[in-house]
Amino acid sequence: MQFNKEQTKALKELLYLLADDELILGHRNSEWTGLGPILEEDIAFSSMAQDKIGHAQNFFEMLHELGEPEPDTNAFARDENLFRCCHFVEYPIGEYNFSLMRHFLFDHAMFIRYGMLSGSSYEPLASAVRKFKGEMIYHVLHADTWIKQLSQADEESYRLMQSALDECLPLALGMFETLSGENLLSDSGIYSGEELLRQSWIEKVVPLIESAGLILPDLNNIQPAFGGRKGIHTDYLKPLLDEMSEVFKIDPDAEW
Amino acid sequence: MYGGGYIFEENGSGEIEDSVKLKEFETRISAGDKVEPTDWMPVEYRKQLIRMIEQHAHSEIIGALPEGTWITRAPGFRRKLALMAKVQDEVGHAQLLYSAAETLGKPREMMINDLINGKSKYSNVFNYPAETWADTAIIAWLIDAGAIINQVANSKGSYGPYCRALERICQEESFHLKYGHDNVVFLATGTRTQREMVQGALNRWWKPIMHFFGPSDKISVHTETMMKWKLKMASNDEMRQKFLDMYVPKIRDLGLTIPDPALRKNEQTCKWEYTEPDWEEFKRVINGDGPCNKERLAVRKKAEEKGAWVRRALLRNSEQYVVPLS
Repeated sequence: MQFNKEQTKALKELLYLLADDELILGHRNSEWTGLGPILEEDIAFSSMAQDKIGHAQNFFEMLHELGEPEPDTNAFARDENLFRCCHFVEYPIGEYNFSLMRHFLFDHAMFIRYGMLSGSSYEPLASAVRKFKGEMIYHVLHADTWIKQLSQADEESYRLMQSALDECLPLALGMFETLSGENLLSDSGIYSGEELLRQSWIEKVVPLIESAGLILPDLNNIQPAFGGRKGIHTDYLKPLLDEMSEVFKIDPDAEW
Repeated sequence: MYGGGYIFEENGSGEIEDSVKLKEFETRISAGDKVEPTDWMPVEYRKQLIRMIEQHAHSEIIGALPEGTWITRAPGFRRKLALMAKVQDEVGHAQLLYSAAETLGKPREMMINDLINGKSKYSNVFNYPAETWADTAIIAWLIDAGAIINQVANSKGSYGPYCRALERICQEESFHLKYGHDNVVFLATGTRTQREMVQGALNRWWKPIMHFFGPSDKISVHTETMMKWKLKMASNDEMRQKFLDMYVPKIRDLGLTIPDPALRKNEQTCKWEYTEPDWEEFKRVINGDGPCNKERLAVRKKAEEKGAWVRRALLRNSEQYVVPLS
């Protein structure tokens, strides 16, 4: 299917959202390597982080096909205000309850988004996310298992999971910020949009949160942390990008 | 990654074993049988095995730290993904090894407590810092190469669960070595900055590499028993010579200079001659006075403390591992 200039621009916005969310959260989750609460979790978090960074790499390759810089340069040397990730993924890993709750809330959203995109009229995207969805099944299974286990284990873990949920929700709702050119994406059959995703996400995660015994605040009273999709970021993103590009920028002409 | 563990040997326990059972046991070992967790074994054999496997496991999780800090700085997708997978493998090795040690009766939690309290050791090499990206390349290539030499030898040992874990570990380590070599090749054949970076890393790591296999073996009754029981399969010097045979030419092929002017192969003895490593420093670092000992243990301790609530939340029963993962 051929897209006009405006549609292609909107498609790139979508691909940057996908690429940047996956890259930055994959990067964050990789920070648990060697430091997880138990070895099995250390290994699991690393696997999921590798999947995310692998997905990001694929999205950057698609962007390159559409005329954007080559993947390494685009990911490792782009200015902060050109990133399209949401605030949720930028936050430091914090304690394990925060990282786990973020993993649960984020991965369910991405899993549903991949499902919506698997019928996209942009075939390279549709075929890629069909593969990623297969990986994400295990990510959400992992998240669901842990959320349930830790929320119901003892008083201490219940309290920590509830406080993580309360902290994460405004950030999680920020994932669904309307994209620039979203109506063009919808009209051209590329992507049916963030509002539909938000509704499906609520239908999926609310019963899981309730069955874990956690108390769900009224989502209508929560102010979502918007801005990321427009290039306005938290103070956490810049240091992350500086660290990520530290070696890459030593010698821009070098092959690493 | 592990090497030079034998230097942490303790004195024998002084247990007097049933001479008939001991003889049967030693006959089995000399016939090449593998000992399994439920088989009879001398108290001293069990003790030495726990110590060896435990130190090896600790080396894997502590070894994840110097390289792990470079995951967030790896240049480009290819290196970032490869380093993540590599360090993940090292943590996986710890999991395999703790499970092998648990079959001998010591729980993982107790082993980790002994590590963070300084009672149990880990490979000396991880008490040195990885200062630049090139340090991670040198570690992945040459330290892992040393570890493979050590572990391939030990995988022919007598304790089944440890040998099987080592076989699997060596397969993964061989990929690490390829990754490390590829990384070093790019640096050594790259821009001037990259070449200087990798030469600097080799200069810093040569001493820890030579230390890696441990000091020259001094034959003692204790060592003889270790060899007889196939807990120790080759001497530290044999492994160091093998490493030099295999890797000195490869390092030189890349145009790198090994920082030891005395390093040469004696054509008559067919042995490498080198400047004797500073064993006093080696002992000092093992005993806690290295550049990173405190930092490594502090990071590990903090990780244990931060994750304690998760482990408490999982403690639902009194089940214990009796079957090894490999």
